[in-house]
Amino acid sequence: MDFLTRVAAAAITLFARFITAVRGDWRGIEPVPRQRVYFANHVSHGDFILLWTVLPPRMRRQTRPVAGADYWLKSPIRRFIGRDVFNAVLIDRNRESRTDDPIAQMAEALDGGASLIVFPEGTRNETDAALLPFKSGIYNLARARPSVDLVPVWIDNLNRVMPKGEFVPVPLICTVTFGAPLHVGADETREAFLARAREALFSLSPHAQGNGR
Amino acid sequence: MTAPHIDLLKLLSGLAAVLVAASIAGYILQRRLSPDGSNAVIENLNDRVKAWWVMIILMGAALLFGRTGIILLFGFASFAALREFVTLTDTRRGDHWAVAAAFFVILPYQYYLVFIDWYGLYSIFIPVYAFLLLPIVAALRGDTDRFLIRVAEVQWALMICVFCVSHVPALLSLEIPGYEGRNLLLIAFLVVVVQSSDVLQYVWGKLLGRTRIAPDLSPSKTVEGFVGGALSATLVGAGLSWMTPFTPLQAGLLSLVIVLMGFFGGLVMSAIKRDRGVKDWGHLIAGHGGFIDRLDSVIFSAPIFFHVVRYWWSLT
Repeated sequence: MDFLTRVAAAAITLFARFITAVRGDWRGIEPVPRQRVYFANHVSHGDFILLWTVLPPRMRRQTRPVAGADYWLKSPIRRFIGRDVFNAVLIDRNRESRTDDPIAQMAEALDGGASLIVFPEGTRNETDAALLPFKSGIYNLARARPSVDLVPVWIDNLNRVMPKGEFVPVPLICTVTFGAPLHVGADETREAFLARAREALFSLSPHAQGNGR
Repeated sequence: MTAPHIDLLKLLSGLAAVLVAASIAGYILQRRLSPDGSNAVIENLNDRVKAWWVMIILMGAALLFGRTGIILLFGFASFAALREFVTLTDTRRGDHWAVAAAFFVILPYQYYLVFIDWYGLYSIFIPVYAFLLLPIVAALRGDTDRFLIRVAEVQWALMICVFCVSHVPALLSLEIPGYEGRNLLLIAFLVVVVQSSDVLQYVWGKLLGRTRIAPDLSPSKTVEGFVGGALSATLVGAGLSWMTPFTPLQAGLLSLVIVLMGFFGGLVMSAIKRDRGVKDWGHLIAGHGGFIDRLDSVIFSAPIFFHVVRYWWSLT
């Protein structure tokens, strides 16, 4: 990692802290360097930045977000942030035109020793629902690499910091809550696993705990 | 070195000595009674001592940077407090521009006005201009759902976190005959009285506390703790009259006002926390709660202290 990307990473995490005073709540796991797939709710482009910010610095290097190539290759600045600073695993979300299999790309990154950040809702949630239904990707990944810990991560309040369509963030306190790791059962069906993973993620949200606003 | 620096150094070294003693006592108590961190009272005591160290170091930094340092310090405190406050409100998309303006326009401008000493504007900027303009910004977005509650919350957040807090650095602009260039010490006086009142109320409460003063708001506050803490903090304030323009009697009376406002301010802020269903305002420092948890007594006493001193002592 060269100097410029280090400076950019430091500036981005500092800005994230300034706006959100973000705090990690390590409820189900310890912040130790162990290979994991973090799966989180997705409301904004800042989601993986917040998750990345609360990781201990040594773990950040090893943790790669999985993101849509269409968004992150669109302009030079996005390409720099997505590919160079965060070392994202860029996947083509268009089923018709893609040449690489996203699951194979993610499995390859895991085999290379990286941890991943994925958003199983598949796209940013711009509805009033707390969580959209999960796409199959996380199930396929869990089947492809069954021994890796799948860790649910609830990112809270970021949707209020920067609602859809706004370009000035409002400073509000955010929290990133890590739940207990999951693994796919030997004979667990796709639907059962996706429902279980979604429930595990939702249970970390303030909506589920009855003190949400 | 000029006069205020010497007085401030005296005060800081005195406080540092008290804190060294408190830290040693805390360490011994922890080793003997709470080696595994299980005794909540002792852990809490040590947390408070640490928070005090942070405050002393910040005041020392203000000593080095003077007026600009103080204004930046309290400007940042306002920012952090406002961030905590707005997090607990019901603001929504329709308030986005009003809230963004509160953080990025009104807050910096209020501190700029304090910096350039424009008393006529900084004393009414938020109560008049922000009060009238922010609801207009919110109304233009067209979302009428719970409109009154939302605009009231934003205004309250600004009054508490920006307007009241900015009256601490505003003490620098008072012109008291015979006290020129020493206004930094007024801030030190206010902060020390407020904080010793908090600590002494806690100590008296732990020693003699029986009768709860407001069981629904703050179960740890007792009549004995309040009376003992208020009286002893008033004595502390009277004893600090050497660094103020006041006689010992005046310093004691002003301290009593500060202590009473701080105490009741703490109750008001507890009521808000209860209403929102939280225990602390935030999590700025692990185990210490948020910025507002540390600032609540100063918030309520600063504007009153400022205006009383301005009315009876200041030329401006």
